[in-house]
Amino acid sequence: MSTKVISLVSIGAHPSSGRARRAEQDARAVELGLQLAGDNLQVVHAGDPREEALRAYLGMGLDHLDVLEQPAGADVLGVLGDYLRDAGAQLVLTGSQAETGEGSGMLPFLLAEKLGWPLVVGLAEVESIDNGTAQVLQALPRGQRRRLKVRLPLLATVDNAAPKPRQSAFGPARRGVLAARNVAIVEDELLVEAELQPARPRPKRLKVIKAKSGADRMKAATAKASGGGGKVLKDVSPQEGAEAILKLLVEEGVLR
Amino acid sequence: MSDIIRRDPRAEWIARNRLHPLHAAMQTQQTSWMGPNGLMRKNPHAIAAGFIGPSGIKRIDRSGAQQGTGVGGRRTAAAAVQLPLHQVPAPAFYIAVVPDMVGGRLSSHDRDLLGLAHSLAGNDGAVLAVVFGEHKESNFSTAGVDRLLVIEGESFEGYAPEQLVQGLRAVDNHFTPRHWLLPDSRTGGGELGRRFGAALGERPATRVWQVKDGQCIGRAGAGQQDLQRAVPRLILAAAECAEPVSETRHEALPVELSTSVARSLSRIEDLGSVAVDPATIAMAESEFIVSGGNGVKDWDLYHKATAALGATEGASRVAVDDGFMPRNRQVGATGTWVTARVYVAVGISGAIQHLQGIGACDKVVAINMDPGCDMIKRADLSVIGDSSAILQALIEAVDNFRSGGQRDAA
Repeated sequence: MSTKVISLVSIGAHPSSGRARRAEQDARAVELGLQLAGDNLQVVHAGDPREEALRAYLGMGLDHLDVLEQPAGADVLGVLGDYLRDAGAQLVLTGSQAETGEGSGMLPFLLAEKLGWPLVVGLAEVESIDNGTAQVLQALPRGQRRRLKVRLPLLATVDNAAPKPRQSAFGPARRGVLAARNVAIVEDELLVEAELQPARPRPKRLKVIKAKSGADRMKAATAKASGGGGKVLKDVSPQEGAEAILKLLVEEGVLR
Repeated sequence: MSDIIRRDPRAEWIARNRLHPLHAAMQTQQTSWMGPNGLMRKNPHAIAAGFIGPSGIKRIDRSGAQQGTGVGGRRTAAAAVQLPLHQVPAPAFYIAVVPDMVGGRLSSHDRDLLGLAHSLAGNDGAVLAVVFGEHKESNFSTAGVDRLLVIEGESFEGYAPEQLVQGLRAVDNHFTPRHWLLPDSRTGGGELGRRFGAALGERPATRVWQVKDGQCIGRAGAGQQDLQRAVPRLILAAAECAEPVSETRHEALPVELSTSVARSLSRIEDLGSVAVDPATIAMAESEFIVSGGNGVKDWDLYHKATAALGATEGASRVAVDDGFMPRNRQVGATGTWVTARVYVAVGISGAIQHLQGIGACDKVVAINMDPGCDMIKRADLSVIGDSSAILQALIEAVDNFRSGGQRDAA
């Protein structure tokens, strides 16, 4: 299988200390790429080539990592689009959203729109690639999976349903090469007008009871949870009861 | 009968006047009388039964001066409150909302979004809800939908994100909404909104949790930072971004597109969902759980039934303590708080700790022997009877259903 696979990576931030690290979802994209392409996996980062956290990706078993040199707060869409088009990639993997900066998760969508490629969200597994199409499993909420057939070239985002990333080893991380490239720089106009601030804690929603009288409020505060008059089937045969349950399950679409 | 309390002075006068011929009839019930042996007899139950006071509250008067006024049983419960109708006859602009409609119904996230749309629309604008395919929702009017656009067609069935974007583009051309609001959720809204933003060339505000005074605040990065900016045209809002509509009723008038939606050439083909081993799904996020409790006598049959239904197994505390189920399967305050869409409780009477754990479930089905237990009060469908017989019948019914479905497909 000689499909060219490229993983896009970014710098993450540790959830409690905020220290730079390999981004969780991007590491999963690299892991999936390594499983698919092995040593032929190409990994790209757009940002600062002197960032030490990038070496954590090299430690996963890569010998080099391409870095498109960009200052902080630059718009990397055009640069990455040009790079992917020139590289002739068949499958591009990326995390769902960045852990630093705006983190809107728009980059894969904009890249797919710019390149005119199909986009698969929440890729969990690539089952087969042949004849210019890929058969993939998409992760759905609640642990479900969906099988899709997509034309290549393909852009896919991975989330936490993708395989767990392997540990980063120290030796390969030191030996690996961060190959920097000089590219054009486009300033992101959003960050000129808006600014990032530390997250404010969100107000907790209070349960407001709109009752006219004190008796109603008391009732609302002390009442047990109740479905409000469900259907009760009494004195029916087990078959009839089972039919009624089955009908509800089919209506709700949980029976596959 | 109106709720206004009216006095009947004549009836009160008769009740006071022991010499009146109708006095005995007006008395609700005799509470004390002379017994055959000269002893005073009292009927404490009659006193404790009380009477309904003028404010509609039950009163007990032990002074002996009780004067029954419970004529005709004055109703205490107020009639269902009719909320004022919010009408927008000629909308100056539209605020478009694309709810997720998980399971065909508005989720709480969708309702929050409609509340936010309503605050953006004010009195002149109309909230337009765009729903793809069939739905089972009947409460669009109380959720705050002024105009309802249902786009149907077989091209929207299954997973067709590119076609949905085409549909939204058609809505955009026809109604040109001032704002587009989508839920930033994993159940479809987050993906559709981003696809739509990329197609329109609009830069959305994502994970928005507050919109105020023309500014919106959304989470940025990994949730450690906030980004405040002017409200853009496309908003992907987080859950609890605003209070849901609760004080008005809305028209939910159906509207239609003037043109048909362009067909997009699909590059993604949906091959259907894949069977996932339900035991591997975390209980907290499983969408279909069958729980067993003290009323389950045949645990082999129970496991067989969950396998046939393809449901995740859960258990009540009693079943876990008795060693029939592992501890990590316990549902309730001490176990896992589940969010299943359908929860089937087999032989669980519904202790309050268990009911707390299933508070977020949509539909609850109870199979129980006791028709008076708390689980039956919570359940949407209850079947009273022996759990083993019903589970056995359920396995057969599911087998019939599955083989019938295969016959249809063949």
